[in-house]
Amino acid sequence: MLSGPLVVVTSFLYLGLLFAIAYWADRRADTGRSVISNPTVYALSLAVYCTAWTYYGSVGRAAATGYGFLPIYLGPTLAATLWVFLLLKMVRISKSQRITSIADFISSRYGKSHLLGGLVTVIAVVGVLPYIALQLKAISSSFSILIHYPDVMLPGGAHTLPVWRDTAFYIALILAVFTILLGTRHLDASERHEGMVAAIAFESIVKLFALTAVGVFITFGLYDGFGDVVHQALQAGHLKTRLIPEGGANFWFSLSLLSALAVLMLPRQFQVAVVENSGENQLRRAIWLFPLYLLLINIFVLPIALAGQLEFAGMGVDADTYVLTLPIAHKQQWLALFSYLGGLSAATGMVIVETIALSTMVCNDLVMPGLLRRWRYRAPSMDLSVILLLVRRGAIFVVLMLGYSYFRLAGEAYALVAIGLISFAAVAQFAPAMIGGMYWRGGTRGGALAGLSAGFLVWIYTLLLPSFAKSGWLARDFLDLGPFGIALLKPQALFGLEGFDEITHCLFWSLTLNIGAYLIVSSIRAPNAEETTQATRFVDAMSINRPIAEGLWRGRAEVDDLISLTGRFLGEDRARESFAEYYAKERNIEDDAELPADGETVHFAETLLAGAIGSASARAMIASVVQEEPLGLDEVMDILDEASQIRAYSHELEQKSRELEAATAELKAANVKLLELDHLKDDFMSSVTHELRTPLTSIRAFSEILWEDPKIDLEERKRFLGIIVSETERLTRLVNQVLDLAKIESGHAVWTSSEVDLGDIIRQSIDASEQLIIDRGGRLKLDLPDAPAKVMADQDRLMQVMLNLLSNAAKFMAKESGRVEVHLKRQQNMYKVMVSDNGSGVPVKLQPVIFEKFRQGVEGSANPLGTGLGLPISREIIEHFGGRLSVKSTPEKGAIFSFVLPCINRGGAAPSNNPGQEAEA
Amino acid sequence: MTKKVLIVDDEQNIAISVEYLMRREGFDVSVAKDGEEGLAMIRSTKPDLVLLDVMMPKMDGFQVCSEVRADASLAGVRIIMLTAKGREAEIEKGLSLGADAYIPKPFSTSDLVSRVKALLEPKE
Amino acid sequence: MRQSKMMRQRLVAIFLIGLLLLFSPVIALPDRPRLLFGLPLLFLYLFGVWSLLIAAMAWVVRGGGTNE
Repeated sequence: MLSGPLVVVTSFLYLGLLFAIAYWADRRADTGRSVISNPTVYALSLAVYCTAWTYYGSVGRAAATGYGFLPIYLGPTLAATLWVFLLLKMVRISKSQRITSIADFISSRYGKSHLLGGLVTVIAVVGVLPYIALQLKAISSSFSILIHYPDVMLPGGAHTLPVWRDTAFYIALILAVFTILLGTRHLDASERHEGMVAAIAFESIVKLFALTAVGVFITFGLYDGFGDVVHQALQAGHLKTRLIPEGGANFWFSLSLLSALAVLMLPRQFQVAVVENSGENQLRRAIWLFPLYLLLINIFVLPIALAGQLEFAGMGVDADTYVLTLPIAHKQQWLALFSYLGGLSAATGMVIVETIALSTMVCNDLVMPGLLRRWRYRAPSMDLSVILLLVRRGAIFVVLMLGYSYFRLAGEAYALVAIGLISFAAVAQFAPAMIGGMYWRGGTRGGALAGLSAGFLVWIYTLLLPSFAKSGWLARDFLDLGPFGIALLKPQALFGLEGFDEITHCLFWSLTLNIGAYLIVSSIRAPNAEETTQATRFVDAMSINRPIAEGLWRGRAEVDDLISLTGRFLGEDRARESFAEYYAKERNIEDDAELPADGETVHFAETLLAGAIGSASARAMIASVVQEEPLGLDEVMDILDEASQIRAYSHELEQKSRELEAATAELKAANVKLLELDHLKDDFMSSVTHELRTPLTSIRAFSEILWEDPKIDLEERKRFLGIIVSETERLTRLVNQVLDLAKIESGHAVWTSSEVDLGDIIRQSIDASEQLIIDRGGRLKLDLPDAPAKVMADQDRLMQVMLNLLSNAAKFMAKESGRVEVHLKRQQNMYKVMVSDNGSGVPVKLQPVIFEKFRQGVEGSANPLGTGLGLPISREIIEHFGGRLSVKSTPEKGAIFSFVLPCINRGGAAPSNNPGQEAEA
Repeated sequence: MTKKVLIVDDEQNIAISVEYLMRREGFDVSVAKDGEEGLAMIRSTKPDLVLLDVMMPKMDGFQVCSEVRADASLAGVRIIMLTAKGREAEIEKGLSLGADAYIPKPFSTSDLVSRVKALLEPKE
Repeated sequence: MRQSKMMRQRLVAIFLIGLLLLFSPVIALPDRPRLLFGLPLLFLYLFGVWSLLIAAMAWVVRGGGTNE
């Protein structure tokens, strides 16, 4: 049986689990295995968008308006398609400027203004506090409904109880402690909250599962599926089949627009989407996963609403409680408890993140400026980083207590029930200054102040005050007749604009005046130096790779001062660490003594500090330790122009250098080739020298022997002279072949070209070399077709090739029973001549090089007949006549040298690469 | 005692001429026709002097030379490298590998004979 | 980076299609009291379009249709 203590214990266990998850994630982050760098975790943390207002309120809205709950999720879905522009840029800007809140973002953009940051903070606190109150109310109501199980009993007015007996008070206190633990556990105020994000992602899973569990139970447990619920509701007259009966299309659209803006501008959304982002890659998955989450959490809203209306018809059960009261009414205590936990997770998630975000803003943009002013006269005695942390913690506590106070004050009043959309409308006022600032350079601090103020005032007048009036805190007359009876100023029909719902009405007037004031006031004066600098940093964020700080700062600074200043806020160790990392990474400097105290360093220190105390305070603090000369607008413009020109140049330069690189590579390749050729030439010369010297050596030696010793006997003398003669012949052959090859290669060879019969040439060459084969004990086989095989070629040159191939074959055929075969056959348009032997063949690794000069088949073999030039010359000849000479050999089984030449038998012209020698000529 | 001279050269005609010259001077001459055979014969016959060609199949003269110099039992073997490759770099290489002399081809027979004698005589 | 330019263009296209299907007079077409498969036509239309938009976004950002 569910009882108060059980629910309390379960709630605490749940919070304990959250804390354990946060602790675990923090520990993992410390060891470098961050869980929140996972894009799915990021997308789930964005789902902090779905608060108790979604969890309980969607069903309420559906019961009241049919599809009226959907624009709140369809708007963000559509907007997500544009996140690749908007959110990506916000993240890029915030990371490079170390922006930690939406107030800081806007303040930093318009010249780091304390005033602007403060205004944004005030708007956020006023706009969002009631929203926090709503979460407290949701928790306390769901708690009191649950402990009355199994009765369905709605909570009475909590505000009638004394504070110390009010559950909501204790809830607020517990959440304050919990948030302080999650959000400001570290002394270091500027880092991201990994643990908190992990806990929030987990809460998103819990609330999705809880709502889905209730939806499945109702749709498929109590009813027979979607169709059945719809059918029964239709019969009972509860089904609203039309789109939003109230307000019509305007409401549908303005609600979507509002939600699309709020999903990025709400302080908690800015916190998780921008500040806690740990990598731009995370956006890619979030773009579809976050909308998918929204879709999933809304699938069962309609069936639950319809089932509730059927179940509790006429019983006065608030539709906002159906998610909890339906399981209770059906005696599903565990499901009810789970449903309660889902609501708890939705509410706590919102409260935790929103409070942390607001506390950062309150601390940096409201409290710090005051403290800094005081410290100007008297330095604080305490460590500043401790003060900073205490301020944050205090701000968390105060925000939650204010939220609770609002809850006490408002109770069941309209001002609380409708607060979701009212909050959205408040933060939507940030959009012009924020989005305008990211894409338009002309916005000024004054413009932003004017726009925000105008929008905020209109919001107060057209939404907040009327909600007070509807709650009975103001006279209804204010609403119905207008202030002092001036009908034109009726808050919800301003200037006579009637016929719109209050949200559309407020959105129209507030954004119109907001944007108008922003544009008009911005154009009164040109942006000053500081605004221009920041405008460039924001607008050009996607194209800036390096901080554009050089030149934008002029003055004198000491690195030690900068380190000690940042150390006072961040802690000495962390400041030194950050600086050391900065030298090493950005400046390539090992020793901090060498770090120049230039604009870039000052900018780095300022950014580092901004992460802790906000950009406006950081600016003020830096200005207090360095001596600066303010730059004129002209100077800033010059520098920025130069920077943008440099960017353009560098783009061009990049392209040029790529081209240059390609050219260099080509040049290098050419050079390598030249060197290779040089080397080849060198090799060739060296080979020729060697080949010439070798026969010369024998000739000289024997000549000297014969010369010195005339008494050598006749036999010996004849033998020596024989050697001299044959070596002389070898020398002659070599010289002739070298010259021949040189002539062919240089293109100076004289070629005749005529119709010749390959068969004739083969027969003639065999006549000339048959004796050599027979002498060496071999046999010759000839295989020629009967038909003439006409090709266009030089008869003598072809003879030369054939003789070379035949003499090689004779030389290398098997020593015993050597065989040489010659085949001629036609292959399509070519004649193929093959000369094969049965010798030891050409080793595989030598086959590719055998046609190179001085590369004989058997490496370095003693071969007085070979010059190593026969095959290269043969190949040149065959290729000259458009053919190809190649070798095929299986080692130990002989070699087949073959060449093909184009034939001219069929009357057509032979393909020839020798112009002017065509057959038809 | 007759000095043993080994000729290692793949060029048959050159080997014949050098063999004739060495015999004429009264040395005990043997011939190997490639590097591998040459090294084997150096190891088995331990000649007093080797006339070593550089460009040879299977194992070139440089390799043979360095193998011989790496073998302590062959310390007394004198080596004259004979080669048609006459570039400075090759002469350097041969000498640094431990050859006692380097004679480019084509050589003068009298020069060859006197270099051989000069290397073999001081030991007597 | 060139890849993501293509991706951005496609996302803008999805945005415009979504705008057309959900926030233009087009939405009046399914906005009628009719049931389809026992479910309100509008319910099916809204969730159907929603699902298709998400599927298209997922397909585009995951590099669908491009030879990466």
